[in-house]
Amino acid sequence: MQKALLITPQLCTGCRQCEMACSYEKEGVFNPARSRIRVFDFHAEARFVPYTCTQCDQAWCKSACPVDAIQIDFATGAKVVYENRCVGCKVCTIACPFGTVNYNADTGKVVKCDLCGGDPACAKACPTRAITYVDAEQTGYDKMRVWAMKTDTAHQAQA
Amino acid sequence: MDAGARRLRDFAMHYVIIGAGPAGVTAAEAIRQGDPGGAISLIGDEPEAPYSRMAIPYLLTGQIDEAGTHLRPAVDHYARLGIDTLSGCRVTNIDPLGHQLSLDDGRRRGFDRLLIATGSHPSRPPIDGLDLPGVHHCWTLDDARRIAALAKPGAKVVLMGAGFVGTIVLEALARRRVALTVVEMGDRMVPRMMDDIAGTMLKRWCESRGVAVRTSTRIVGIDAQAPSLGVRLEGGETLPADLVVVSTGVRPNLDFLAGSGIATAEGVLVDDHLQTNMPGIYAAGDVCQSADMVSGAAEVHAIQPTAAEHGRVAAANMVGNDLPFIGSLNMNVLDTLGLVSTSFGHWQGNGGSSVRHQDGWRYLRLEFDHAEDRLIGAQTVGLTEHVGVLRGLIQSKRRLGPWKDILMSHPEQFMQGYVATVGV
Ligand SMILES: Cc1cc2nc3c(=O)[nH]c(=O)nc-3n(C[C@H](O)[C@H](O)[C@H](O)COP(=O)(O)OP(=O)(O)OC[C@H]3O[C@@H](n4cnc5c(N)ncnc54)[C@H](O)[C@@H]3O)c2cc1C
Repeated sequence: MQKALLITPQLCTGCRQCEMACSYEKEGVFNPARSRIRVFDFHAEARFVPYTCTQCDQAWCKSACPVDAIQIDFATGAKVVYENRCVGCKVCTIACPFGTVNYNADTGKVVKCDLCGGDPACAKACPTRAITYVDAEQTGYDKMRVWAMKTDTAHQAQA
Repeated sequence: MDAGARRLRDFAMHYVIIGAGPAGVTAAEAIRQGDPGGAISLIGDEPEAPYSRMAIPYLLTGQIDEAGTHLRPAVDHYARLGIDTLSGCRVTNIDPLGHQLSLDDGRRRGFDRLLIATGSHPSRPPIDGLDLPGVHHCWTLDDARRIAALAKPGAKVVLMGAGFVGTIVLEALARRRVALTVVEMGDRMVPRMMDDIAGTMLKRWCESRGVAVRTSTRIVGIDAQAPSLGVRLEGGETLPADLVVVSTGVRPNLDFLAGSGIATAEGVLVDDHLQTNMPGIYAAGDVCQSADMVSGAAEVHAIQPTAAEHGRVAAANMVGNDLPFIGSLNMNVLDTLGLVSTSFGHWQGNGGSSVRHQDGWRYLRLEFDHAEDRLIGAQTVGLTEHVGVLRGLIQSKRRLGPWKDILMSHPEQFMQGYVATVGV
């Protein structure tokens, strides 16, 4: 059964262990700026919101890619960037309405969450279970897609 | 084939797609998904396997080879999906009522559903000398081969036009270490995509990296001037050149539709399901004039994401679904010798609030609707993080509430504004 990242912002304390774990797993360095998951800090409301790719069905990044460098990992459902094909044109970084595909100037390629091949480091590192990796259906896969839906309401509204 | 299979095929819907670029290929794949039994023909007039024009700059820099420009890497991709590809084949005429089209080799083909995805061609400025050897557009793989042969390190190259495609080509030429001069009629670089601040930043950046940029300058002719070319400027000056690359905009490929009764203006006109005035005939990509996401006006947006999105939506409707098109958002991203810039939607604004913030080589402009607290356009220079949400904010027409004021004083917090207004 497919799993998905379930993010519960109410449980997030802003410790940024997820960012550390992600950047270490993916880039080999402890550098939150290199993380593919980001924690947004709303001081005024004392609220933290972890945010990353929802692996949305629409896959705007994948359909905009001119050279087929973004593929679906059939085991996890993740949309994965194949670095050997990516030419660094960045069109996916503007096509993704969630802002979760970013350009890495050091490598000349784009980066995004790939669910770590099915064992996401952010979820393992989260001490408060604000980020969990769970059976998609069992716990309301749809809930995780809430961001995707919000942007897609434009479709429904005009339908 | 046994009789049963033949009968099935006779009943199968026959989809014909004209144009094997990103719009046509995306549509062919989506039609296959929606109608596993239908017959699909993909007709393109270029000789190569379907490729991506957008990849040409990376071919010129040597980052990829020609196969790397192919829209789909697997050679048997189309055969595997049962998509019949006809390459090097030009459609010369369409008879919408007879459900027939003619090919340049004299053959005719029937269709039940037709998609016009013929893209655009480079426009020719009204000057002499465009047909001289050494003068090329940069639009097709064939153009790229010719440019590669002439753009040797140190060669004198004049690029005519610093529009969006021209500026992408500029990057590729500069990386080939040619001696490059860019000549642009407008008063700044990328005038249709960038405002005065951003366009001027790009110009200064290019100049600081050894590219000569002549804005507000008009080329009046090109002469053969042994051993190479002379590019005549208004005012009398002549620039010597081994290669002239002409990039002065593109126009939809509509010629073959003359007399067909299919309604066109700047491009092929479509309804909100991307269907033309002729039932069963659709249009997608650079050739299609569809609704703008923000204004609703019919516009041609000759960009890759719109081509792919059109292809997907047209295909869904061609197989019988009811999928309205939400409108196209004009958007671009450029990397100009390391300076990344983007523009989204109505960056010129519509009379609402506007904020511009420049800090060294970074610049951000946000435009809000005149009537509602939502974003309608944006521009960035020197930023790459999370820029996609600028699309998200425009497309979702999200009401910003208190975030509008926050963004007016801190535009750089656009991602926070997005996450905050998601309502999680
Ligand atoms: C150098 C370069 C860089 C670019 N960079 C970007 C970028 O960074 N971002 C971006 O968004 N866009 C970019 N573009 C634009 C992008 O490539 C186009 O928007 C896109 O190719 C449009 O896709 P399409 O399928 O509509 O048309 P096309 O890709 O033009 O495909 C249409 C095909 O139909 C064929 N055809 C035309 N008439 C007929 C006929 N009568 N019969 C049969 N076949 C026919 C054409 O020859 C062509 O092969 C770039 C373009 C170029 C040239």
